[in-house]
Amino acid sequence: MESVTTASPPTRRLYRRPDRGLAGGVATGIAEHLGIAPWIVWTTFVVLTFAGGLGIALYGAYLIVVPTAPDAGPGRFPAWLEYVGAGVAAVAAVGVAATTLPANGLFLPALLACLGGALIWRQAAQPERARMRTVSRSFAGDSTGWQGRARLVAGAALVVSGAALVLAREDFTAVRDGFLAMVVTAVGLALLTGPWWIRMATQLSEERAERIRSQERADIAAHLHDSVLQTLALIQRNANSPREVTRLARGQERTLRTLLYGNRTATGNFAAELRAAAADVEDAYAMSVDVVIVGDAPMDDDLAALAGAAREALVNAAKHSGAEAVSLYAELEPTQVSVFVKDRGVGFDVDSVAGDRQGVRGSIIGRMERHGGKAQFRSAPGTGTEVELTLPRTEG
Amino acid sequence: MTARVVLVDDHAMFRSGVKAELGARLTVVGEAGGVSEAVTVIAATRPDVVLLDVHMPDGGGLAVIEAVRDTLPDTRFLALSVSDAAEDVIALIRAGARGYVTKTISADELADAVARVAGGDAVFSPRLAGFVLDAFRDAPVAPSVDPEIDLLTPREREVLRLLARGYAYKEIASELFISIKTVETHASNVLRKLQLSNRHQLTRWAADRRMF
Repeated sequence: MESVTTASPPTRRLYRRPDRGLAGGVATGIAEHLGIAPWIVWTTFVVLTFAGGLGIALYGAYLIVVPTAPDAGPGRFPAWLEYVGAGVAAVAAVGVAATTLPANGLFLPALLACLGGALIWRQAAQPERARMRTVSRSFAGDSTGWQGRARLVAGAALVVSGAALVLAREDFTAVRDGFLAMVVTAVGLALLTGPWWIRMATQLSEERAERIRSQERADIAAHLHDSVLQTLALIQRNANSPREVTRLARGQERTLRTLLYGNRTATGNFAAELRAAAADVEDAYAMSVDVVIVGDAPMDDDLAALAGAAREALVNAAKHSGAEAVSLYAELEPTQVSVFVKDRGVGFDVDSVAGDRQGVRGSIIGRMERHGGKAQFRSAPGTGTEVELTLPRTEG
Repeated sequence: MTARVVLVDDHAMFRSGVKAELGARLTVVGEAGGVSEAVTVIAATRPDVVLLDVHMPDGGGLAVIEAVRDTLPDTRFLALSVSDAAEDVIALIRAGARGYVTKTISADELADAVARVAGGDAVFSPRLAGFVLDAFRDAPVAPSVDPEIDLLTPREREVLRLLARGYAYKEIASELFISIKTVETHASNVLRKLQLSNRHQLTRWAADRRMF
């Protein structure tokens, strides 16, 4: 069976490329995302650094916020070298801050708290998903691996010391002291657990999407099993009965079409009613019915009568014509509805037969006349039969 | 003279089935299981008719027609599909296919359809006729027999209705007291209107079905 799926273009996302860049892969990632040369990005950061250190701040922010590419390999440098580098950078930053900034003591503890958070964030942003889960577990107490535990302890210690430093300041009023301590601790906590929550959320939505996909696959598999495979089994068992094989195959084809092309099961409309009638006749009499319907309308009593008469005409064709297929054509026009049932079977003499048969008289002619319509038979022995049912319509 | 035919279908089983059934009545000069293969085979063999599957993994019949029609204007396409979807059918017709039949068609009917397409005529299965009538359902009929107007004339409507009812061209001719040739002309005119029309009701009908 052909599939008609179209893949939507993937969303482009900004990723770090620590496997290719020098310092976390931020610049390389941005350059790849924008499609420009990495040195342009580097130069931009350097130039911005002269604007009051903005470049470094931005670089740090990117480093923290931008996730690593899912297909990125391990970094170009060994992990310990990266940590040492990060530590040196942190110490240098703290030193510079302590010596150059005026004696506003709030800066240092806040910086320490931020560094603690950043350290943990970095840990959570490792490329490997398995590692990420390990990290998540380490937050839940089930810490595995000394690295995770050590960094967790270090981060927590920095947060606490940041808060303690604030609390220890003497030159703040008590209220302001407590408030700031709260803020710093809250920020530290957010930094400590934030990345974990973000990771969890992303992971959850990814897992949900994957679950929906596999559920759809399972639904289709179940459907194929219930219908197609069962039908194929039945066909094999009935291999020496062509009529039965045709009937089974037609029924299965109809079911699959409904599944694939949809919208055929909407009930309460004339077209659906006619298709259902055709399907019943196919199933009951092992005859294929080619249905073509132009237009549609909601069912009312008159249309129900017309559909019933059409069904009877199909049944007659199936029982008496001897043909293997019958055409059903219905057209809903503004002023009238017409249904044609045509077979290429044995035909009959209209004058002698049509009026006598109960099925023809009661179920087709009488029913149509009661609802203001009429039925016409056109047939002759050997030429097949066409039944024309017309019904005038009042409302649009 | 039998028509020289290329079969394009991604199911090898279907191709060999068609060859087995129709091998005596037409000349299969090549077959292909995909779009690029089809383009190569068609360019090399220059067939009269290409029997073209609507859906194939790498693009489908539409891609084949678009790749070939400018270089080989004499090659005609007959779409052959299990698809029930109006948009698939109409899109291929608008790209230039001379007709559309479903794969459940009998061998005799398929041979007739190929011969008719090879002769330059259009092939309307009842289902295609139904789609076209549906598309032009609410449109007024053409006031004159102006071929530039993409409306159906009353006569074309009658012919389409009979096609949808399951009539063969011969039966239509005797029903309407016209020659088979005239029936063929009407069918070809309808097909041309489908291929040329980009205004009016076909566009609206297509928009309703989110087609173009």
